[in-house]
Amino acid sequence: MNMASFRTVIGLEVHVQLKTRTKLFCRCSTRFGAPPNTQVCPVCTGMPGALPKLNRRALELAVLAGMALHCEIPRFTKWDRKNYFYPDLPKGYQISQYDLPVSQNGYLEIGDDQGRFASKRVGIIRAHLEEDAGKSMHDEAAGVAESRIDLNRTGTPLLEIVSRPDMASAREAKAYLTELKLLLEYLGVSDCNMQEGSLRVDANVNLHIDTDSGTIATPIVEVKNMNSFRAVERALEFEARRQYDQWRQTGERLGDVPKQTRGWDDQREVTVPQREKEESSDYRYFPDPDLVPVVWSDAELAAIRQRLGASPREVRSRLIQEAGLSAYDAGVLVQQGPAMIAYWDAVIAEGVSPKRAANWLQQDILRLLKERSESIDEFPVSAEQLAELLRQVESGKLNTTRGREVLTVMVEEGRDLVSSMESLGIREVDASELETLCRELLQKNPSVVEDVRAGKVKAIGALIGQARKLNPNADPGAVRNLLMEMVNRS
Amino acid sequence: MSLTRSSAIELNRLFVSGEVSAREIVQTYLERAEQWDRRVGAFLELYRDEALARADELQRKRDSGAELGALAGVPISVKDVLCHRGHVTSCASKMLQRFESPYTATAIERLLADDAILIGRTNMDEFAMGGSTENSALGTTRNPWDLDRVPGGSSGGAAASVSADFCPIAIGSDTGGSIRQPAAYCGVSGLKPTYGRVSRYGLVAFASSLDQVGPLARSVGDLAVALRSLAGYDGRDSTSAPREVPDYAASLEEAMAGVRIGLLEEQLSQLHPAIRDAVTGAAETLASLGAVVEPVALPHAEYGVATYYLIAPSEASSNLARYDGVRYGLRVEAADHAEGGLVGMYGATRSRGFGPEVKRRIMLGTYALSAGYYDAYYLKALKARRLIQDDYRRAFERVDLLLGPTTPSPAFRLGELTDDPLELYLQDLFTVTANLAGVPALSVPAGLTEEGLPVGIQLQARPFDEARLLQVAGRYQAATDWHTRRPRIA
Repeated sequence: MNMASFRTVIGLEVHVQLKTRTKLFCRCSTRFGAPPNTQVCPVCTGMPGALPKLNRRALELAVLAGMALHCEIPRFTKWDRKNYFYPDLPKGYQISQYDLPVSQNGYLEIGDDQGRFASKRVGIIRAHLEEDAGKSMHDEAAGVAESRIDLNRTGTPLLEIVSRPDMASAREAKAYLTELKLLLEYLGVSDCNMQEGSLRVDANVNLHIDTDSGTIATPIVEVKNMNSFRAVERALEFEARRQYDQWRQTGERLGDVPKQTRGWDDQREVTVPQREKEESSDYRYFPDPDLVPVVWSDAELAAIRQRLGASPREVRSRLIQEAGLSAYDAGVLVQQGPAMIAYWDAVIAEGVSPKRAANWLQQDILRLLKERSESIDEFPVSAEQLAELLRQVESGKLNTTRGREVLTVMVEEGRDLVSSMESLGIREVDASELETLCRELLQKNPSVVEDVRAGKVKAIGALIGQARKLNPNADPGAVRNLLMEMVNRS
Repeated sequence: MSLTRSSAIELNRLFVSGEVSAREIVQTYLERAEQWDRRVGAFLELYRDEALARADELQRKRDSGAELGALAGVPISVKDVLCHRGHVTSCASKMLQRFESPYTATAIERLLADDAILIGRTNMDEFAMGGSTENSALGTTRNPWDLDRVPGGSSGGAAASVSADFCPIAIGSDTGGSIRQPAAYCGVSGLKPTYGRVSRYGLVAFASSLDQVGPLARSVGDLAVALRSLAGYDGRDSTSAPREVPDYAASLEEAMAGVRIGLLEEQLSQLHPAIRDAVTGAAETLASLGAVVEPVALPHAEYGVATYYLIAPSEASSNLARYDGVRYGLRVEAADHAEGGLVGMYGATRSRGFGPEVKRRIMLGTYALSAGYYDAYYLKALKARRLIQDDYRRAFERVDLLLGPTTPSPAFRLGELTDDPLELYLQDLFTVTANLAGVPALSVPAGLTEEGLPVGIQLQARPFDEARLLQVAGRYQAATDWHTRRPRIA
């Protein structure tokens, strides 16, 4: 039997933690990593009589994200209760948004710099604000199953971004996530740190298969427990294959079986059926009577829109158009995040050529950051210092190799440019010094002179090597030029 | 006049002037409560030592010449539904029987800031659900006028504590009549303020969009002083109103000529004759004091009870989800339940922790919010609520106040209606609409039945027009003496 042709259909639900100092409905800190249950109060632990009070900044960040995703921002938004029992949900309901989310109907443009898929817009159905639940920790040591609950995270503001099922491959899904993460980082809306749980992804996936009797759809499966973008990509690749095989075996179509939830097993690289939450089907949403709806004025929305900076997409085209970078180079730089772009802009502002700056940032700075496990904010060499160094290289006072050595000293010893050069013994070699050096070399190597005269120009290379040993500061190019000149003159 | 018959205003004056010590006042009330409350059962706990210590502390404050609050020296009882740090807040439920609150409700903070002396917490229907206090899981409260009868509810202990002269002011809460109905049954004055007038922070929620904290007292003058203390904006309650609090006591002195009063004639049929006489008598009295009395109607008020018994249980079903045995309050392990584990623990805890009426309302509300029923019940109720609000708005275009009965009948006998919840719900007929519309309403004593039971009339006003409400009720009490009648506890 031939392989029938099919299309993968993927929609993603992404939860991102908004970058606020305090929780969504109380003043507790959102800091990650504190000892369990030390960032809690009557409100976020669901004490009797405690009431939520909206964190205005969280709402504004949600609107900002919605705007960047080209969403409509409805004038009226409200909060609803999603009711279900779970030990890490203190109130027995989650405050979320049901029918009137803070933003809706937008899109995110994705592309691939290697052209593996055509650029496209992935529709955004909605992006709504909600509070996070706590964390259950199951300790089954010593044969006694015991569950403990940490409520530090409870009430942390989350933005749930629901895409349309517009992605046709795992690669597109990964590109969407990468671009979304970058966008939110550029906006300053979220840190999008998957390890700390500030970005979580669930996927809905099925296949549209062409058969002789028309196109059929396989049952939609929700895939959870994907802890990295790479895991998302692999899980979706696996799931598409699995659904195809399943269809071949059972012929099951959408609607034949209830929607299934599967979890990604990173070790075994398979998706496995997940146990559903005890009470899942009917959340009995209703408007939260403890909170008042928000009605936006034009002025309020305009003020938020003013805070909208350039999107990664816009920064990329600026780098391509204004600085003449290739799409690939621009992509690599933008990928590093807004702090790197600020650094880049500062280097360029000092008059360094964009191409040179791009090369150094990509090759040297990124390597050093990786080696040192640092972010660009923590990097000891400021943009101005780097620009100074690159100007030395540009003017020929330093060659690239020497430039790298200087940079290493600047980074490792925290010295400025001048002192780093001094510590390497770098100083300018003046014309008479250079002439003396070359004359000595020619006198000591008459055979080389003869070879060159005989047309073996390459032979001069041996002298350049010797020159470097005698005086490391001598510029190899200048040495070559002078040697050739002297040979030809004599 | 004996201290136990003095108004709060008078007690404050006696204390501030130095004629009577705070300890003497508190001692007198405590002794009376200790002597008689075994029969009445108004209190779940008397704060004897704490109240005396506070009296001494206030005495020192007074003697040092420091400025004193308007409630200095006044003993006040608090319905056991307001959180008070370091004190049990049980809501008369087994679920919270031993729950000690980690924080203090705003209403209590305000009373304490005005130097009130809290002398104990009063009995109530479990989680404020009921109209007789018979739903308390922790004790029986009797009507001081006839110990075989109920005090009303849910603030039955509060009303009884004032009626029996255990304190001049009691703090209650009113979701559908829970202050006004027991006030009427026990022959005291009770005020439900405008929704948003008093902070709900720390008031254990029954139905969040209807709940409101308010005072009960022997006179309207004392209600005015208590409201002044309780009322005001609170940043911790999003539904609290950012409005000035007028000097209610000052408005009591104003003449009421020209005040337009709408008589709710439709509510006069099917009333106990003594109540009908009380309402018509009050209309005549008020007219003689210069008010213009005319008939008005609230055409949709007849749907009030049906509307209320969808909205209140719906909100309650969600509000009470937090009592799950996980973090505080009662926990019954799963071994006691058919299902094991977590679900078993939930089931066992909630089965044992809640009484039958609470369970009934949780089930009603869960049903009304369920998928497939939401539109027909909860949403329909919201629409009916809007119609009732419109009725009020239209009525208040014509008149300043509405006059009618508080209840259809006087206090019934203990056990008389326990098997007939529907009949019991109908006792709320005249009171629930004020909660649905959010308007302020009060009940004042206005007569006695042939058997010598007190009956009440209800006055309702525009939102935030408590000053007018208190003014007219105050004029009424100046012209009549029903509120001065006291029961003989025997």
